Amino acid sequence: MFWEALTLQLGYNATLVAIGATLLGVSAGVTGTFLFLRKRALVSDAISHATLPGVCLAFMMLVFLGGDGRNLIGLLAGSAISAWIGLLCMNWLTRRTRLAEDAAIGAVLSVFFGFGIVLLTVIQTMGVGRQAGLEGFLLGSTAGMLWADALIIAIGGAATLLMVMIIRRPMTIVAFDADYAAAQGLPVHRIDLAMMGLVMAVTVVGLKIVGLILIVALLIIPAVTARFWTERSDRVVMLAGLAGGLAGYLGAALSAVTPNLPTGPIIVLVSFGFFALSLLFAPGRGVLAAVLQHLKFQRRVHIRQGLLALAQGQKIYEPLTLRLLARAGLARADGVATEAGKALAAKALRDEKRWEVIRADQAHEATAALYDGLRDIETVLTRDQIAEIDRRIGGPQEVPA
Amino acid sequence: MSGEDFVPLSLTPLLIGTFAAIACALPGNFLVLRKQALIGDAISHVVLPGIVVAFILTGTISTWPMMLGAAGAAIVSVVMIEAIRRLGQIEPGAAMGVVFTTMFAGGVLLLEQTDTSSVHLDVEHALYGNLESLIWLDAVGWSSLLDLTALAGLPPELPRIALTLVGVILFIWVFWRPLKISTFDEGFAQTIGIRTGALGMALVIVAAISAVASFDAVGSIIVIAMFICPPAAARMMTNGLEAQIAWSVVFAGASAVSGYVLAGYGPLWLGAADAVSAAGMIATMSGLILAIAALWGPYRTRTGAPQEA
Amino acid sequence: MLELATNQGIPVAEHNVEDSPLAIRGLTVSYGQKPVVFSVDMTVQPGAMTAIIGPNGAGKSTLLKAALGIVAPLSGQVTVFGQPLEQQRARIAYVPQRASVDWDFPTRVIDVVLMGLSRQLGLLGRIRARHMSRAMECLNRVGMRDFADRQIGQLSGGQQQRVFLARALAQDADLYLLDEPFAGVDAATEKAIIAVLKSLKEAGKTVVVVHHDLATVTEYFDHVFLINTRKVAEGPVDTAFTAETLQTAYGGRLATAQIDQISRALA
Repeated sequence: MFWEALTLQLGYNATLVAIGATLLGVSAGVTGTFLFLRKRALVSDAISHATLPGVCLAFMMLVFLGGDGRNLIGLLAGSAISAWIGLLCMNWLTRRTRLAEDAAIGAVLSVFFGFGIVLLTVIQTMGVGRQAGLEGFLLGSTAGMLWADALIIAIGGAATLLMVMIIRRPMTIVAFDADYAAAQGLPVHRIDLAMMGLVMAVTVVGLKIVGLILIVALLIIPAVTARFWTERSDRVVMLAGLAGGLAGYLGAALSAVTPNLPTGPIIVLVSFGFFALSLLFAPGRGVLAAVLQHLKFQRRVHIRQGLLALAQGQKIYEPLTLRLLARAGLARADGVATEAGKALAAKALRDEKRWEVIRADQAHEATAALYDGLRDIETVLTRDQIAEIDRRIGGPQEVPA
Repeated sequence: MSGEDFVPLSLTPLLIGTFAAIACALPGNFLVLRKQALIGDAISHVVLPGIVVAFILTGTISTWPMMLGAAGAAIVSVVMIEAIRRLGQIEPGAAMGVVFTTMFAGGVLLLEQTDTSSVHLDVEHALYGNLESLIWLDAVGWSSLLDLTALAGLPPELPRIALTLVGVILFIWVFWRPLKISTFDEGFAQTIGIRTGALGMALVIVAAISAVASFDAVGSIIVIAMFICPPAAARMMTNGLEAQIAWSVVFAGASAVSGYVLAGYGPLWLGAADAVSAAGMIATMSGLILAIAALWGPYRTRTGAPQEA
Repeated sequence: MLELATNQGIPVAEHNVEDSPLAIRGLTVSYGQKPVVFSVDMTVQPGAMTAIIGPNGAGKSTLLKAALGIVAPLSGQVTVFGQPLEQQRARIAYVPQRASVDWDFPTRVIDVVLMGLSRQLGLLGRIRARHMSRAMECLNRVGMRDFADRQIGQLSGGQQQRVFLARALAQDADLYLLDEPFAGVDAATEKAIIAVLKSLKEAGKTVVVVHHDLATVTEYFDHVFLINTRKVAEGPVDTAFTAETLQTAYGGRLATAQIDQISRALA
């Protein structure tokens, strides 16, 4: 059953939802990445909440003009306008007043959303049916996805992706260093607005399918997930698109084969699953890798410090240092060096002296910058260079007893 | 309006709305100054999964399990945000976005999976609360305030939110100095022996308690709005922390009262028949107050010498 | 007294750890996988004015912050007046870098100085006339008496630095630790600060300053501590602040001409 869902053999509607969710996942993941790299991930929260009054006003207007208010394009146009106004308010608050961005985001999202709720209750009393499915915009609904809905998502998603591809370079530069970008003559403010406009477009497109609260997840989570796997911004963008698309696809399939499993939340949870796996197991930035690296690093620091203390006949103060030295067979439990320990200690002290020569010598400036107390000198200098330095230091030194 | 109408129908919702607004605005002052304003946003989103889980575990819709569930979810979310921020070296905004959207999604999913149709538990309720329905039917007029049997019929939300407000005030009064110092200069605070980590956590927990006590009565929209809008507007009225707190209390109270009155009577004045959401209106009013402060507040922009690096 | 880090025998300082206002042993601090401070020993001499000197990124501020418990070290021990830091907090006054706080915070100059009295005041103690006069006196010592009611955001960089110093004075400590107090301040402020620090020294207090201006070291300080991830040298200015130690600490980063100039000044 699940396999059939994955291979799009579960009927017309399920297939439509799966394709729509995948497309939405890709475009949200890619667009959200720039917001995340710019350290403004939660701007998407303000944008999405700010769509509500627009949806309601558009609905009221459509009813007023004699329609039934369910024209999706009309509702989405309304949501886009009010989200844009919300964005401008937020920008104005951060640029023209002393408020920090987080307060501006929170103010816009709560006030716009509150006003939207007021309008929703007005619509409830208008007597045109119970909100006419407008609550779907809060939590999303894919149950009755129509061909027209899927078309809107496909066209909107593709257009957003295209725009992102066109302006990805300036957006990356601004995200990396806005001051530098401004000095280069880039219109930072306008690029920011364009970036947020794209986020808004994705939000509006995704409103119907996952709802205004969960679209935020699709914008943020894939980008954060991708960041664990690479240090290059173009790859973060690609991986985020991949993670978002995959989450959309798997989520839609899961929801198709399980009763009572709404599509929006399940997509978000699948996306979070990818995130949690990355957080724990990604090489380099993942928690597991980081903990192991840190333990190894701490061990190196303690052993090195212990060896230097041994070489200089100093007392070792840290119990951990002593334990590590003893375990490595370099010292006895009472802090006296073994033969192996003495040899390594002498080498460590000699390396320190070599480093000192390097760091005092302008000719070795590039090498000297690599010094961190731990790096083996053989990894940065050739044998000849070391021999040259040793000539300057003089004969080998014995470890004091 | 006469006491016979006002006391039973409007006094308690007004008081509950005002107390809730102030209980959220007070810790909100410090959250805004610490650039943690969106913690309030995160907390109010995770209230939903909290109450759903509490309902699944207990099978009842009674108040205390719900409040404990919501408070538990708030604490879980704060711990998760902190863990993701530190372990994954992710900026706080993104960490918040990951956590609260996921927990919210989990809440919606659980809600759909559970048969809650028999009870009044839905997303709308968590969002807008039911301030309008918190009336005091046992009251007959102002004299009921002295009538013990009538007082026993007060909506239980009122003493609950009043108690929460007292707790919040006590917390801020007792820890005023450490809160102020660690908000301004965390490094210095540590050197004089203030445990800044524990204090910051305590502040967030107090904020979570206010949020949970308020959401039950007035819904989560007001909670986010009151954490941020009154303190932000107050900051633009003054350059002193004490005065800022006072202004924020005034703004929170003004939003609650004017929002409630406009929601209840505004449509009537406009000729419509039905009231609109009081919670939404209170949030809207707090936004209007913020807009006015941002346009004309005497301290609306940053002043003083430019900062060298 | 001079001890170069790598050929030291028993460190000179070993004898007086007990009475040193600040003694650090084997301190290593790293950000990520790169140690910023590696295996550093430091023994601050009581009653001295010590400058911590080293190139940018050499770990000067980190050393101070780790000594105060603001950043967590990977290894190492710190004693303050011979005892663990926690028991001696009341005897330390710390002046952080100016840029480390939000100067937009809604508060007045006098309130910042009163923060220095918070250990005396406790949680709920009321601010009385004697506290106010003590705070005003400290402001007066840094020449900022007339600014008591100003909002802190309205001050210039130098004035902000002086307010921080006044807050430290209000703490009435025995050990003063200052992180780059002369960075980006005007000449008048620099003069005012150094006068206050000298008066502290005369009163028998110990002062440690993270300093970046090599040209003023001999004029302002009597002890130096040179660091570049490792300790380079520690001791009185005339023996530890030499062309040789500077060359070791700064390496290629300090032009030979500069070193010549400094060693001529030292001679």
